[in-house]
Amino acid sequence: MTDAMTDATNQLLQLVPKAEGRQSMKDFKSDQEVRWCPGCGDYAILAAVQGFMPELGLAKENIVFVSGIGCSSRFPYYMNTYGMHSIHGRAPAIATGLATSRRDLSVWVVTGDGDALSIGGNHLIHALRRNVNLKILLFNNRIYGLTKGQYSPTSEVGKITKSTPMGSLDAPFNPVSLAIGAEASFVARTIDSDRKHLTEVLRQAAAHPGTALIEIYQNCNIFNDGAFDALKDKQTAEEAMIRLEHGQPIRFGAGLARGVVRDRLTGDLKVVDVTPDNESEIVVHDAHSPSPTTAFALSRLADPDTLHNTPVGVFRSVERPVYDTQMSEQLDTAVEQHGKGDLAALLAGGDTWTVVG
Amino acid sequence: MTSQVSRTTEQADGTVVGEQRKPGGVKAVRRLDRVIIRFAGDSGDGMQLTGDRFTSETASFGNDLSTLPNFPAEIRAPAGTLPGVSSFQLHFADHDILTPGDAPNVLVAMNPAALKANIGDLPRGAEIIVNTDEFTKRAMQKVGYDGSPLEDGSLDGYSLHPVPLTTLTVEALKEFDLTRKEAERSKNMFALGLLSWMYHRPTEGTEKFLKQKFARKPEVMNANLAAFRAGWNFGETTEDFAVSYEIAPATTAFPVGTYRNISGNLALAYGLVAASRQADLPLFLGSYPITPASDILHELSKHKNFGVRTFQAEDEIAGIGAALGAAFGGSLAVTTTSGPGVALKAETVGLAVSLELPLLVVDIQRGGPSTGLPTKTEQADLLQAMFGRNGEAPVPVIAPRTPADCFDAALEAARIALTYRTPVMLLSDGYLANGSEPWRIPELEELPDLRVQFASGPNHTLEDGTEVFWPYKRDPQTLARPWAVPGTPGLEHRIGGIEKQDGTGNISYDPANHDFMVRTRQAKIDGIDVPDIEVDDPDGARVLVLGWGSTYGPITAAVRRLRGAGEAIAQAHLRHLNPFPRNLGSVLAGYDKVVIPEMNLGQLALLIRGKYLVDAHSYNQVNGMPFKAEQLAAALKEAIHD
Repeated sequence: MTDAMTDATNQLLQLVPKAEGRQSMKDFKSDQEVRWCPGCGDYAILAAVQGFMPELGLAKENIVFVSGIGCSSRFPYYMNTYGMHSIHGRAPAIATGLATSRRDLSVWVVTGDGDALSIGGNHLIHALRRNVNLKILLFNNRIYGLTKGQYSPTSEVGKITKSTPMGSLDAPFNPVSLAIGAEASFVARTIDSDRKHLTEVLRQAAAHPGTALIEIYQNCNIFNDGAFDALKDKQTAEEAMIRLEHGQPIRFGAGLARGVVRDRLTGDLKVVDVTPDNESEIVVHDAHSPSPTTAFALSRLADPDTLHNTPVGVFRSVERPVYDTQMSEQLDTAVEQHGKGDLAALLAGGDTWTVVG
Repeated sequence: MTSQVSRTTEQADGTVVGEQRKPGGVKAVRRLDRVIIRFAGDSGDGMQLTGDRFTSETASFGNDLSTLPNFPAEIRAPAGTLPGVSSFQLHFADHDILTPGDAPNVLVAMNPAALKANIGDLPRGAEIIVNTDEFTKRAMQKVGYDGSPLEDGSLDGYSLHPVPLTTLTVEALKEFDLTRKEAERSKNMFALGLLSWMYHRPTEGTEKFLKQKFARKPEVMNANLAAFRAGWNFGETTEDFAVSYEIAPATTAFPVGTYRNISGNLALAYGLVAASRQADLPLFLGSYPITPASDILHELSKHKNFGVRTFQAEDEIAGIGAALGAAFGGSLAVTTTSGPGVALKAETVGLAVSLELPLLVVDIQRGGPSTGLPTKTEQADLLQAMFGRNGEAPVPVIAPRTPADCFDAALEAARIALTYRTPVMLLSDGYLANGSEPWRIPELEELPDLRVQFASGPNHTLEDGTEVFWPYKRDPQTLARPWAVPGTPGLEHRIGGIEKQDGTGNISYDPANHDFMVRTRQAKIDGIDVPDIEVDDPDGARVLVLGWGSTYGPITAAVRRLRGAGEAIAQAHLRHLNPFPRNLGSVLAGYDKVVIPEMNLGQLALLIRGKYLVDAHSYNQVNGMPFKAEQLAAALKEAIHD
């Protein structure tokens, strides 16, 4: 993280009051019974978020979780903060109104692949391009769970589901590619079962000034069980998963035998076996690069069917003007230029006439 | 100023109330009590600006006035065609008036299309000023004139003033370094100058306006000023205009106070700013541009120094979504739109009903269904406002009656939303939005106190003595739930669209609880305190005409005509459409017949019939235009004698 970014981070987080005294994970558990299916990946994400919050140390009354509709969107009920379980796909819009009007709040959006990418796709891309100070947790299980198992906009082509008995025809979205294309300033991917990695990504997202999108691969053990096994099984994961770390050469696999290099002809990225000859060509990950090109290329490495070459970690984290900050600054500027609003003067306007008795 | 004021009727023609010779001048000056002028031209001719300026001059002179802008949805419709005609009608008088007038006394037609599109509305004897330069063979053929209507005798019954407006304008601007095309653009200012002379309008306002508007383009500013003055001087010197007219200020028509001219959308925007101040809450507008509501977004975006946040969203749904988010955070939240936008916002309105948060949904109605007639007026969204949601989702509905009344309606909508923690539908329409009238500027002390108390601590004690906060524990009087905004320690709670347990607000699928909550939400809206409806019935009539919204002007004008002609008719006008005033049932029961004129196919009539079992008679017009007073008077007379 650059020094400039640290400053911006601190400035924005300073607007949110700090907790008095030490917090624990328990402080963030609401009194509501958690009603996800036993074995759902959502439990692990909830635990990770509740476990991370005390580290953030914000007054919990100044934290708000806003969600849409779907299994993941029940999340706010289980957080002992302020929360709103809204309507399908609209959480980014609602959170935008809240965050832009209340800069003393830390606003989190919890959404799923159907909620964020299908019915709410428009709100997601516009929140990202505006760079509102929101942290968006996108639980991607590649299936519709709450409606009992239809294919989602991230399901693989040909997926057999209740609504696609002969296989889905839709080409899936890659949420990370989509977010980078939508001018997102912070994009990361993590996985429900790796609490350490998930927490580290949450940490970086929380520190980011502006919209942070975290795609969290989440297992739906009822309707799409094992969707991410390739990244969870110790043996296959080592070969399939690329852990991105800013400033480090992008290498993975047993003995870091594989690496990402730039194709000289196309400029695209590709995975190669690392040899003494090509070792110097391994791309060093730069999450802060002003250009989104390499981050986008990284997002395209994964095979949507096998999940081979799936990068996880922070793809992109750049500083960009934050919408709510700018909106507030315009208000301040207006007061500087015109003085604080005078209602009587406004109503009187320019051209008046007087009727006397 | 003048005692020779006739104020009993609104005839179609201006009534001459006096005539005199100007001292030292040769031209006669006639006094009229009222005039209706219509400016008409191509969409690109600047007719709306011309009308606006003439209106401002008239307002500052102190006449009562009412305006009707009428323009196509296309920004620059094909030049010279009938669908491309844009017009602006202004009715002004030395007494109080209620409508923009049925039929113009004066038509300014900038081209053949403008003449053809408007001649049908003119009574015989009306004055027509035409720009003869535009009456070329081709232009006339384009709109279906075989020969020139200026020469074929078809306008014989009118007082025709052929004026080469374009030539005169170009001539007047020959000193300027402008192309002919650029010079021609000022012809609307020439026309404005001429009309300003004809009706003795003060010109300082227009000169000031032009100087400000074109401050950065001195050449254009000076050209427009020169054209404006040339138009005035042309009137004074040419033989063709032998008479000018005076319409005295309407000094006795208005209560004491300071006045300005105001359009409905401007009044509504000011009402929202005022409500924010009176509630001591920051104003947040989430909106998506849509005709005819966008001007409210434009206006509010200018007032950031009042702490007003305006958010132009990616769509209608995001507009109301952002507003609802801001409401959760403690803002006075508003979304503005028109009928198609209300349809898109419906699900979020339902969420707001369930969350029980204050939210203003402003619908500037236009012709529908679907895209319909974006620039024309209609009041066919009443049932959508009432019922356009899934489930039992009652929402208060209120409607302003005149352009200036939009200010008070906004404050009233805010009062209901804030007091009862509910979304409120405010139904204005295109006629009110763009029309204008004089408005007595209120003193700030006259404005209602809208301050609210946020929840600050526990509101419930459990059996074991623990103090807790219950987000759905209601005020016993209003049934409103507490508004606990994020940032308040100890009141952390979750709300959502799923049915909630009474009191705790926790998710509940219990059948009896749902039944209770549905009935409670309904009872809260039914119990809203709204003022009784007032009935104007000086003669003990047997027939009541009941209206709502923007039909107030034409209905009242029609009632005046009828009473002037010796008929007895009672009038009542609804501001609150949901809930209805408590006394409405007994008022309706007191008449043999109830007539409801609406610019829809009988939506209020349906509600009235359903609720009060009254055999209400509908009188409907859905042509994108407001009712004409004469037409309504005829229909009501028929109802009286039926």
